[in-house]
Amino acid sequence: MGLFVLRRVGVMILTALCLTFVVFYLTNLDPNLEKLAKTQGNARMSDEQVQTWLSNRGYDRPDYIKYGEWLGVLPGYVIEGADGDIRGRCLRAGVTAEDAPRFCGILQGDWGFSTVFKEDVSKIVMIRLSQTAKLMGMVMLVMVPSALIIGVLAGMREGSRLDRTLSTASIVTTATPEYVSGVLFITIFASSAVGLKWFNGSATSAMENMTFVNFTLPVMTVALYGMGYIARMTRASMTEVMTAQYIRTARLKGVSFRNIVIKHALRNALIAPFTVIMLQFPWLLNGVVIVETLFNFKGFGWTLVQAAGNNDIEMLLGVSVVSVFVVLTTQLISDIGYVFLNPRIRIS
Amino acid sequence: MDNLTWTGSLGTLLNPALLLAAGLFAIAIVLQILTSLVVEPYRAQTLPDGRLSRRGGAIGLIERAPQYLLWALILIVLGYLVGGMIAPYGKAGIIGAISKQLTPVWLALLATYVVSIRYKRRLGLYGKLFDSTVGMIGFGIVMFWVYTAFFSSVGGMIATHDPLSQVSGLKNKLPGTAVPNATDFAMGAHYLLGGDNLARDVFSRMVLGSWEVVKIAPLATMFAFMVGITLGVPAGYYGGKLDTVLSFLANLILAFPVILLFYLLVTPEIVMTGIPSYMAAVLFVFPVLFALVLLNARFRTDPTKRNLIVGVVIGAMAWAYLSLISQPGTVMAFLPAALDLYNIPPGILVVFVSVVFVNSPTVFRIVRGLTLDLSTRDYVAAAQTRGEGPWYIMLWEILPNARGPLIVDFCLRIGYTTILLGTLGFFGLGLPPESPDWGSTINEGRKLLSIYPHPALPPALALLSLVLGLNLLADGLREESLRD
Repeated sequence: MGLFVLRRVGVMILTALCLTFVVFYLTNLDPNLEKLAKTQGNARMSDEQVQTWLSNRGYDRPDYIKYGEWLGVLPGYVIEGADGDIRGRCLRAGVTAEDAPRFCGILQGDWGFSTVFKEDVSKIVMIRLSQTAKLMGMVMLVMVPSALIIGVLAGMREGSRLDRTLSTASIVTTATPEYVSGVLFITIFASSAVGLKWFNGSATSAMENMTFVNFTLPVMTVALYGMGYIARMTRASMTEVMTAQYIRTARLKGVSFRNIVIKHALRNALIAPFTVIMLQFPWLLNGVVIVETLFNFKGFGWTLVQAAGNNDIEMLLGVSVVSVFVVLTTQLISDIGYVFLNPRIRIS
Repeated sequence: MDNLTWTGSLGTLLNPALLLAAGLFAIAIVLQILTSLVVEPYRAQTLPDGRLSRRGGAIGLIERAPQYLLWALILIVLGYLVGGMIAPYGKAGIIGAISKQLTPVWLALLATYVVSIRYKRRLGLYGKLFDSTVGMIGFGIVMFWVYTAFFSSVGGMIATHDPLSQVSGLKNKLPGTAVPNATDFAMGAHYLLGGDNLARDVFSRMVLGSWEVVKIAPLATMFAFMVGITLGVPAGYYGGKLDTVLSFLANLILAFPVILLFYLLVTPEIVMTGIPSYMAAVLFVFPVLFALVLLNARFRTDPTKRNLIVGVVIGAMAWAYLSLISQPGTVMAFLPAALDLYNIPPGILVVFVSVVFVNSPTVFRIVRGLTLDLSTRDYVAAAQTRGEGPWYIMLWEILPNARGPLIVDFCLRIGYTTILLGTLGFFGLGLPPESPDWGSTINEGRKLLSIYPHPALPPALALLSLVLGLNLLADGLREESLRD
């Protein structure tokens, strides 16, 4: 078990390094840097001026060195520019070249500076992430229990009317991406022209003050898409368990149907959905980006869109570190959790 | 010139009937679910004359009522559609006019169903689809959009207006608004589903948007399958280092949040560096490789025949491949214009490449899993004993036996690709902003959603119905392929 976890963590770190390098490479391509120089410096710079601007700030060196500096395993550059100024990766206003630390990368907790938000990336990531955590937490709270209940109810009597109704409903929800269900929800529940006007079509006010009126629609929109998938997986797992030998034995002993479902079937039927729920996190991340854009909720996904749309390189890198970390950790938890939950593997 | 109402004169009779039937249907469904929780399921007995018995009394009626009411509902909806088709323009309202516009689609659907059901026993898995109600419904919805896309773009029929032309005075106007200078009741006299923010016809844009999906999604899914199969079968069959490396790469791509990947790949800056062109060159070579290995493994024993077949097929495919990746004005412009068969607009190419790139690792994992399972079978051992080469075993013994799950996944994956395309459009990535595809239209419509919901709703519902149809089709196929 220990060796298994160690190997998984090793693969995870390797994956994280590869992924962040890919993001680093793609954000540091020449056209992106040129755009950065023109937005940060002067929009009417000539090609030579752009080149000097970039070389003054160390952007013209090979990608792997820049990546090492950004990561914090190589010492940050200190360059005396063509204009005589000394610039360094670790030099900030008010810090002299002697006092500055040698390494300043992600590992040292220096995430860089956002050119769009004019603020430290780590600070923005923390603020935005806490907003999105609220959304994610509510989504999980709504999605997981209801999906499990729907799946168990549908799976306990395969082929019954209840099963068919619930299965159809889950197929419909898996066919409804967030940008469709969001539009439908806003039209039905929030539109001032035809709607019921029960909820708000914008979740901006939910950032300070989360209420039933302004937060229901975003939560429902994210939850709905994942719900159908988890419910279908739970149903499949439940129907499989219900045909197992020990369930038949319990029936023959005269255990009531309710007790069979709750005491015998449920625990074993919930092992498979656990993995599925954990692996839903990457998809939730997608949903969160769409929903935060649609409902104008300024969280992590909204930041991703802003950073990507405005060529904010360091912000984008910070965002991708966090999202890659979330995805890989949930994968790790799902792997370990599966081993832990499944008595056949745990005991042998 | 009058504006149209939703149902016109048909509505006076059919609207109350529809309301009544829908209400009763909802009540009946709830009643049925409630009784099914209390009452034991009924086991039908075979009567002496060969018929099946059924439950009588109130409970029997409750169990059958939804079925009857559903038929009533279907009849009423058919009434709207057929009524609209027959009645002169404008008499049957917006729904009637739309139904009239869709006449070629209805006829094509009818012909498809009549022919398919008539010959379903001779049509293999496709024919079996018509034994399952769910599968038939799904197939119907999918074919509806396929025919709509085909007739509207290639045939130039269904759309009432040009998707890009703006008619002044119709900005954000409600469905059924008359076009200002139209004189007589005929096609094009109204904006059937209203006008959007730029005074363009919502109905025509939705109809033509289906072509954007139908043209990209199945083809992109097919390329993803080619990549996934060409890499997944050897990974599962050989195992070892190859499997470890390929699985690691697949997991790498899968761990990437899709939207971040899209934002990194589908920007004008990245297109300028030529990365999508290089990716296209790599991804699109897989079908050629696949065909080469497939044919070579089959005809290896007969070199003259092999050389002829492989030469002709691969020659044609290689030419198609080269003209596909060679684009004037990009890094890949090596083919002279005389030899270049076609050019794909760069926006479409980027979208295509990124969708294939995102989809192929999942296909790889599925194919690899299936191959792992199938390579322990006796017929594989038999082929190995016969002395067949590894590629023959992989592509002609294992792959055909994996076709059931792959076909089902293919349908699901087209749906997923449709969702991805919508996502791209929703974020305004790749496709040109005036493009009528559903994602872009939803994105434009959402800005004024709470005041004017009508421009965003039709594309949203269209996308929902197409993906739903594909999911139902996959469900029906799965059911039928498990049956034998």
